[in-house]
Amino acid sequence: MEALLRRMTKISAAVAVLALTFAGCGRQDDDNGGDDDGNNTGSGGSVCESADGDGPKVGLAYDVGGRGDQSFNDAAYAGVEKATAEVDATCFEGEAEEGEPESARVERLRQMAEQGYNPIIGVGFAYSTSVNEVAPDYPDLSFAVVDGFDPDDQPNENVAYLGFSEHEGSYLVGVAAALKTQKDHIGFVGGVHNDLIKKFEAGYVAGAKSVKPNVKVEIQYIEESDLSGFGDPAGGKAAATGILDKGADVVYHAAGGSGSGVFEAVAAKGEGNWAIGVDSDQYLTAPADQQPFILTSMLKRVDVAALAMIQSVADGSPLTSYQVYDLKVDGVGYSTSGGFVDDIATQLEEAKEQIKSGEVTVPDKP
Amino acid sequence: MNIMKKVGIALVAPVAALLAAMAITSAVIIAVGGPPVDFWRVMLSWPEADEIVNITNQASMLYLSGLAAAIGFRMNLFNIGVEGQYRVASYVGAIVAGTAIGPGLFTAGLAIVAAMVTGAVWAAIPALLKVTRGVSEVISTIMLNAIAGFLVGYLLLNYGQEIGNDRRTTPLEADTTFTGWTPFEPADGAIWTLTILAVLAGAAFWFVINRTRFGFDLRATGMNESAAVASGVNVKRMVVISMALSGAVAGLVWLPELFHESRTASFYSGSQFQTGLGFAGIAVALLGRNQPVGIAFGAVLFAFLSVQAGDLEFEHVDVSKDIVLVAQGVIVLTIVIAYEVVSRWRERLEQRQIQRALQRPGTPEEAVAS
Repeated sequence: MEALLRRMTKISAAVAVLALTFAGCGRQDDDNGGDDDGNNTGSGGSVCESADGDGPKVGLAYDVGGRGDQSFNDAAYAGVEKATAEVDATCFEGEAEEGEPESARVERLRQMAEQGYNPIIGVGFAYSTSVNEVAPDYPDLSFAVVDGFDPDDQPNENVAYLGFSEHEGSYLVGVAAALKTQKDHIGFVGGVHNDLIKKFEAGYVAGAKSVKPNVKVEIQYIEESDLSGFGDPAGGKAAATGILDKGADVVYHAAGGSGSGVFEAVAAKGEGNWAIGVDSDQYLTAPADQQPFILTSMLKRVDVAALAMIQSVADGSPLTSYQVYDLKVDGVGYSTSGGFVDDIATQLEEAKEQIKSGEVTVPDKP
Repeated sequence: MNIMKKVGIALVAPVAALLAAMAITSAVIIAVGGPPVDFWRVMLSWPEADEIVNITNQASMLYLSGLAAAIGFRMNLFNIGVEGQYRVASYVGAIVAGTAIGPGLFTAGLAIVAAMVTGAVWAAIPALLKVTRGVSEVISTIMLNAIAGFLVGYLLLNYGQEIGNDRRTTPLEADTTFTGWTPFEPADGAIWTLTILAVLAGAAFWFVINRTRFGFDLRATGMNESAAVASGVNVKRMVVISMALSGAVAGLVWLPELFHESRTASFYSGSQFQTGLGFAGIAVALLGRNQPVGIAFGAVLFAFLSVQAGDLEFEHVDVSKDIVLVAQGVIVLTIVIAYEVVSRWRERLEQRQIQRALQRPGTPEEAVAS
C-alpha cells in the first residue's frame, strides 16, 4: 500500500510536468488558431511552396512565433513574397522553437547554407550570434539579420545587419495616441524589457508628450528577459487589462504575437478605447470584431528591408554591414487602414516632416 | 533461463511504453492531418555527424538536470525548481567566468564553484521554508522559478553589457574556454569538454546514494520517513542538505555550453541562454526511474528527439516541431504507467508461483505453510 501511494505521487508529479509542458503548447496553439480565423497565412498557404522562379533562393529563418504571428515574422514573409513576384525568387522557411538552444539556430542556418540558399535571412536579433558562427564558412553566400548586430570585433564581409528607427515610427503613433485620448491617459505594452523594445517606448512617450506634455503614460512589460514575452497572448491581455483598469484609453503594444491579447483586452473594454498595432498593418489581419478598435499600427517595414536584401543579391551587389531603415526611407511609418486617424492626418504628417527635416530628434532611450 | 526471464521482464516495460507512445503520437499527427509515416521516417533516421555532436552536448545538460531532480525525488522531495536554480547559477557563473580574475583554468574552476554555490543557495530557500514554516516545496520552487527569471533579467538590463539590441555578461577570455573534442570534421562541431561534468556527477551520484551513510539516510527518509526518524535520522537536516545538493548539481546544467570554445566569445544573454532544461530534467529523471544509468538513457532519448526534430522542415514534412514536445510528454506518461502495470503483473506472477508451490502435496513448502 505504502509503495503504491509512493508511485501514485510519482505519477501525479509526471502529470504535473505534462501539464506544464502542454500549458506552453496550448498557448501557442490558441495563437495559431486565431491566425487562421483572421487571415489566410496559416501554415498551409506559403508562397514558398509554389514559387518556382530562377531568381535568388531565399532561406528565411523565422524567430519564435514564425509565419502567422500577424506582426514581425509576417512582415519578413511579406518582403519575401514580393521578391518572388519582382525578382523571381524562390524560398525556404525555417522556424525557431521557444527555448531552443543556440546549436539549433546554427544547425538551421548551416543546413540552409549547405543547400545553397542565398541570401539567408535571420529574422530577429537572436540570430546575431549564430550567423556570426556560420557566415565565415560560406564566403560566397550572403546573410542578413533583421535587428541584428555583430557580436564581436571581427567584421563579416558577407553579413548585413538590417536595423530600423522604431523610435521614429513610435513617435508618430504616440502623437496619434495623445490626440485621440479622452482622459489624457495612455499605455504601452512591451513584450520583453530589452533595449530594442525600450526604443519603441521612448519614441511613443516622446511623441505623446510633444502633443500633450501632461499626458500620463502607463508602461508594462510582459517578460523581463525571456523571449517568450513575444508569444504570450494571455500575458499581453493581462498587461493591457491592467493598463485600461488604471484609466488609460489608448494602448500601444510592441509585443509581437502577444499583441492579439492586447487587442482582445481593448475590444472587451468597448467603445472609446483604442489599441495601436505594431510591425505590420494589424487592422488587416485582426478579427472583424476587433478591427473597430485598432486606431493605427506602427509599421516597421521588415518587408522593405528583406526585399532590398534579396534585390541586392539578385543584382550581384549584396548589402553588407549595418543598414538603417528610418523614416526618411520609409523604413518605419504608420498605417491608415480603418480610417480612424484621417481626422488627425495633418498633425501626423506635420510630425513626420519635422522628424525627416531634423527639426525634431526622437530619443531612442526612455 | 531465469536470467533471460528477468531481463525480459525488465525490458517489457520500456519497450511497451515506447511503442505505445509512438502509437499515441501517430494518432495525434493523424488527428491534425499530418503524415505519421514521414514523421517517423525523419525522426528515426540515423543522425548526421553534426547532429550526433549536438545530441551528445544536449544530452549532457539534460543528464545534469535529470540528476538534480533525481536527488530530490529519491527522498520524496519534489524539486520543481531546477529551472530557476540553473538560471540564476548560470548567470552568476558567467559573471565570474567573465572577470578573468586569474589564469584561465583557475577562473573556470572558480566560476564552476560559484555556480554550484549559487544553485545550492537558491535551492536552500524552499528547503528552509519547508522545515521552518512547513511550506510545500512544490509551490515555493515553482514560484522561485518565476522570481529567478525576473531577477536575472533585471540584473542583466541594469548591469549587463550593451551589445546591439541585446544585453550580456562580460564575454569570457579565450583562455577560459575549452576546445572540446572533434570526432568528425571541424565543421560538424565539437563535443564540449565540460560534458565530462555529466559523467563525473553521475558517478558521484551513484556512489553517494548507494555507498555512503548519507545516501542510506536519504533513501530511508524517502521510503519511510517515520522509520527513518525512529532510527535516528534528522529529517529536517536531510531536507536542507539534499535540496542544496540538488541545487548545486542544477548549477552545473548550462556550464558545458558556457565554457565551450567557438567563433563568438561566450557569455550569458537572453538569447544565448537555453531555457527549459530544468523542466525537461524532471521528465528525464522520471524516465530513468531516478537511477544514474536510467537517467542517461532518458537524457539521450530526449536530446535525440529534440535534435532530430530540426530535420522535419528540411525534409518538407508538414508537421509542426511542437509534436516532438507531445511525443516527449507522452513517453513520460506511458513509461510511468508501463512500469506500474508490469510491476503489478510481476507481483501476481510471483504470487501464483508461490500458490502453485503450496498446492503441490508433499513438498517442504507445505510443511512450512502449515
